Amino acid sequence: MISRRDFLQSSMAASAILGASGFGNWSRLAAQQALTQDQLLQFDTFGNVSLIHVTDIHAQLKPIYFREPSINIGVGDNRGKVPHVTGADFRKMYGINDGSPSHYALSSDDFTALAQGYGRVGGLDRMATVINQIRSDRPDALLLDGGDTWHGSYTCYHTQGQDMVDVMNALKPDAMTFHWEFTLGSERVNELVEGLPFAALGQNIFDAEWDEPAELFPPYKFFERGGVKIAVIGQAFPYMPIANPGWMFPEYAFGIRDENMQEMVDEVRAQGAELVVALSHNGFDVDKKMATIVKGIDVILSGHTHDALPEPVTVGETIIVASGSNGKFVSRVDLDVRDGKMMGFRHKLIPIFSDVIAPDAEVASVINKVRAPYQEAMGEVIGQTGSLLYRRGNFNGTWDDLICDALISEREADIALSPGVRWGPSLLPGQDITREDIWNVTSMTYGKAYRTEMTGEFLHVVMEDVADNLFNPDPYYQQGGDMVRTGGLGYRLDITKPQGERITDMTLLKTGEKIGPAKTYQVAGWASVNEGTEGPQIWDVVENHIRKQGTVTIDPNNSVEVIGA
Amino acid sequence: MELTRRNALLMGAGALVVAGIPFRVSAAGEDAIAAFTGGADVADGGDITLTAPEIAENGNTVPIEVSSEGAAEILVLAMGNPTPGVANFKFGKLAASRAASTRIRLAGTQDVVAIAKMNDGTFAKASSTVKVTIGGCGG
Repeated sequence: MISRRDFLQSSMAASAILGASGFGNWSRLAAQQALTQDQLLQFDTFGNVSLIHVTDIHAQLKPIYFREPSINIGVGDNRGKVPHVTGADFRKMYGINDGSPSHYALSSDDFTALAQGYGRVGGLDRMATVINQIRSDRPDALLLDGGDTWHGSYTCYHTQGQDMVDVMNALKPDAMTFHWEFTLGSERVNELVEGLPFAALGQNIFDAEWDEPAELFPPYKFFERGGVKIAVIGQAFPYMPIANPGWMFPEYAFGIRDENMQEMVDEVRAQGAELVVALSHNGFDVDKKMATIVKGIDVILSGHTHDALPEPVTVGETIIVASGSNGKFVSRVDLDVRDGKMMGFRHKLIPIFSDVIAPDAEVASVINKVRAPYQEAMGEVIGQTGSLLYRRGNFNGTWDDLICDALISEREADIALSPGVRWGPSLLPGQDITREDIWNVTSMTYGKAYRTEMTGEFLHVVMEDVADNLFNPDPYYQQGGDMVRTGGLGYRLDITKPQGERITDMTLLKTGEKIGPAKTYQVAGWASVNEGTEGPQIWDVVENHIRKQGTVTIDPNNSVEVIGA
Repeated sequence: MELTRRNALLMGAGALVVAGIPFRVSAAGEDAIAAFTGGADVADGGDITLTAPEIAENGNTVPIEVSSEGAAEILVLAMGNPTPGVANFKFGKLAASRAASTRIRLAGTQDVVAIAKMNDGTFAKASSTVKVTIGGCGG
């Protein structure tokens, strides 16, 4: 008699073997010359259920470059644990050869050189090909979208999410959960959700007034696949009204609500669920903690923190799958479910190499159709970049430096603040910067660039507040973004200290003077969550700045010193 | 125009200064616990559940819920508020459900504490840290 645990471990071994054959095992030469779609999609169908997970697409319909973070610090119990392992350490952990396709897809060093060799990633027409291939192996595979789909591009902004709804509908998902979608405003979200041909799930989406489950977003949905009764429970981003402007969706309340998650798991088990899947936008560390508290979830499909992991992480008897962002990856998880239990799994994180995977013609035509009216405006070349422009990482990326430079020069400010979001593709040195590229890193419904006076003391409180959202040792108190990006301001951050003591030595870079608590500074920023913020749109500020520069180059940024990482 | 924006930002600023630094536990809260328990030392645990958000969506109206099957009374305190007392729920002998929910105002990040006085005279305690933050950078 083999216990469930034995099955899980043997399957983990099987998964590791598959990981080795499917991941990081190609020589660079072979990869560049002969990496094929068949190799990328090779998978020995396993068990009786297949899950397909996509998440955090951020409206990237077309192939892009996307550099993963070089710095992603874990705190508390998560210090040094995935996904808080980057670069060479990450490659060593998963046995990924330097220069291999997996190196390029999953880590950050030598990004420019590898990008020139391996080309762009993503594109929903390529994603469609992968999904269709999995469906040809397993026609009743479940396709689950973790949210942050209807946000992040020129066309998504101008169509209020309709472009993404049209294209995703062509991919035929079975369920979805939510985050940035709500920044379209509750009226528009309600309108789009009411028209969806698939389930819009969120056990933690509540009516704010009555603190009762919101009717439009059921907590779970049952599916019968491969003779298995599967319950998919949705978990929307818990901190929406805090991390994003709550005034845009005042009717809704969120929160982690793990006690309600447990109730839902118990409820679906009582109704005969043999497999319980949480489609989550919690962020990876929050999902790990939730898996220790809520009993009975077999698989958590994890989104929000944009981590791409080549193997699931197991917590107790729950496996957690992280599938990256910006359309760069699709996860396939095959499961063997028997006698009401998950007996084993096989998993593959499939990188969408755009030059290797053929676009699906039908989805490509939907994408072209939604983009056509905007092609001319968004295709306009504004300037060129001499540097690699990227964003991901706990502190300023080069895109953020460029945005902060634009805010300081265009808004005549001493200091610039830019939000620590994790979306936004990269551009390689020598590439044109089009209007679409600028929108890809700035597009949002509350993008006005404010200019205001702040005292040094107030600035310090802001910095401490954001730092605690990232470095609080308890994941349930983290919101999942990165540190606010600063321009014109240097500081030292001690991760080991409590809130109020982490940030020291704040310095005004243009004079080299320490920030005075009582002194007043001109601060420009964008993405304020306050209602009534005024100023020009951030994409116009950045466009004007780039136009004046012609070719932008970004100097290395040494303005943040990190202690205790 | 300029004034509107400034006012909006300053309003945010006012809330923020209060919210930024975790509050110390006030002596008044400890005194209220001592008065309720008659000075008995009450450790966390026992037959009581306190449900509160980890991070408040709005510090001015934070939904909380307490329940305890065997309680005669449940005292709720916001330990960092200038006036920590929130509520004292008393349950009669025929009460079918010994649970209550309400919304409370929190002056900043602090612990919310619930103490149940059982029918047999013993106590149970639960506490939960609720963070009050400006947020704004979730990605």
